[in-house]
Amino acid sequence: MLDQVIFYFFAAIAVISAILTVTRRNVVHSAIFLITALLATAGIFLQLRAEFLFIVQIILYVGGIMVLFVFVIMLVNLDVAVRQLRFARQKWVALLISLALAAQVGLMLWSTGKMPGQGVPVLAAVPADKLPLNSEAVAKSLFETYLLPFEIASVLLLVAMIGAVVMAKKRT
Amino acid sequence: MQAVTQATLEFVKQYWAPLVCGLVIVGVLPLIVGYVVLVERKIMADMQARLGPMRVGPHGLLQPIADAVKLLIKEDIIPEDADKLVFWLAPVLSVAAALLAIAGLAIGPAFQIAKDVNIGILFVVGVSAMGIFGIVLGGWASNSHYSLIGALRSSAQLVSYETAAGMALVCGLLFAGSLNITSIVQAQYDQGVWFGLLAPVAFFTYLVASIAETNRAPFDLPEAESELVAGYMTEFSGFRWSLYFLAEYTNMIVVASVATTLFLGGWLRPFPRTTWLSFIDFFPPLLMVGIGVYCLMRTPKQPVRVQQTFMLAVAGLCFAVALVLVAPMLVPAVKPLHDGILGAFWFIFKVSLYIYFFMWLRFTLPRYRFDQLMRLGWHFLIPLSIINVLLIGIAMIVGTYFHLQGWSLLLTTSPASIIALIIALFILATEQKSEPQKSSAAPDSYA
Repeated sequence: MLDQVIFYFFAAIAVISAILTVTRRNVVHSAIFLITALLATAGIFLQLRAEFLFIVQIILYVGGIMVLFVFVIMLVNLDVAVRQLRFARQKWVALLISLALAAQVGLMLWSTGKMPGQGVPVLAAVPADKLPLNSEAVAKSLFETYLLPFEIASVLLLVAMIGAVVMAKKRT
Repeated sequence: MQAVTQATLEFVKQYWAPLVCGLVIVGVLPLIVGYVVLVERKIMADMQARLGPMRVGPHGLLQPIADAVKLLIKEDIIPEDADKLVFWLAPVLSVAAALLAIAGLAIGPAFQIAKDVNIGILFVVGVSAMGIFGIVLGGWASNSHYSLIGALRSSAQLVSYETAAGMALVCGLLFAGSLNITSIVQAQYDQGVWFGLLAPVAFFTYLVASIAETNRAPFDLPEAESELVAGYMTEFSGFRWSLYFLAEYTNMIVVASVATTLFLGGWLRPFPRTTWLSFIDFFPPLLMVGIGVYCLMRTPKQPVRVQQTFMLAVAGLCFAVALVLVAPMLVPAVKPLHDGILGAFWFIFKVSLYIYFFMWLRFTLPRYRFDQLMRLGWHFLIPLSIINVLLIGIAMIVGTYFHLQGWSLLLTTSPASIIALIIALFILATEQKSEPQKSSAAPDSYA
């Protein structure tokens, strides 16, 4: 019961603030609502007892990326930004794609329980004290089960980082 | 609707104890912060050969309360062109993040709001870092250039120094092998040595980075009063300003607690495993009795009757605390509380020493220029911390190979620390040789 109320609470906040992020005219307000949406998603992670994902979401997205976003946004001339056209010509394409996505998700949810082996897998609930420790579980899957993909991703990120440094150095 | 009420009841039934603790902290913390400010002013006065606040109460002991009343009844000014909503939100955000971080801390083995959190120390670090939005948004919403520059500086500073602080924490966590605060302190007990001794370079890096993250002097560029009036707080007055103030000092307590937990042995007494040193357990009550006796001696010298009574009350408080500290040794009924009470004392003692060090630095060092700050962060601290993590990791592997434990781990970690320091200094030296005096030509290129 409590779990469900918490889930719908955070889900509602996430959805509403995601809509507001797109529709607000003021860019800083959009950024604030984006932060709210990210925090609400973190709350859902916590409700699912994925503490590590919760805090990584906060540290990386809210504490890292959004600080940089806000840093850049504050340098933008807001008066110009407000007068510009916000929704560009790809309105119809976007509508089509989002309808397709909605249909896909809807089909997934609808087929759950109707066709065996299809749709969202319904897992049995595990009591909270029987769950493996979250950060340990994440570490195990990253460094044991999926070591090679993890290393490839790290090398990719390192290359991107070095590339960024080289490009920034070139200008001066 | 019924579902919601049922869920609320369930929630309250399950979590009433943390809720009450949270309310107590929210109520008491402003008072503690007020007295930390008083202590800071007194220490500043002492270092500058003055007396500091003396008027309100004996030796200014009631000054925080007078200040709080003054701040509450001050006029609340919102600039005409400010973004009202964000202006209202920003200080609240700062305080909320700082107070939320307190929830993850453990003040002694018995006093912890969120017990056995798997992500313990990460929660504290991550949530307290969110307070930056209060500063950045407040600076932007004020619609003033000074505020905006302060906010920009603050976000640049936090982004630069958080990497170094994170890497320093990784070093400590390598020894602990867990993110859980209780396990971290337990690991230091099992090893019999504080991790700050095993990884002094990491402790130093965290110390510097934590000063920068809390925007304290010598890194207080976001509110540099000689350049930016008051930086991001320029347009804030009265209660809103005091919220920022509360957030700043709460953040100080939070970073001091993180450093204490990870590097200074948390609530353990010095040399926790050495049994012949257990007489150190008598140090806390003796210290409190000493302060009480000193207060009693000063009582007759107070000029006014009220001040004499107040001094007596302070002495009584000290004796009461001493009694609480000594009770578990004498009364068998409260024996189980022994570790909790003494642990809380040691934790608060270490946190106080750390904060004292902050203040000491503040009154000793002049403020950095912004490009110097960035240079120190990016060219020295970040390379140092990354190399240190690498070398400490190697030292740990070598240590397990030779079955080293506790103090003997120093055999492998201290060479690692020294090599890391040498490499970082070498990088700094070559840096300066290749760019001769270029930075002084454009000191304002960053801000």
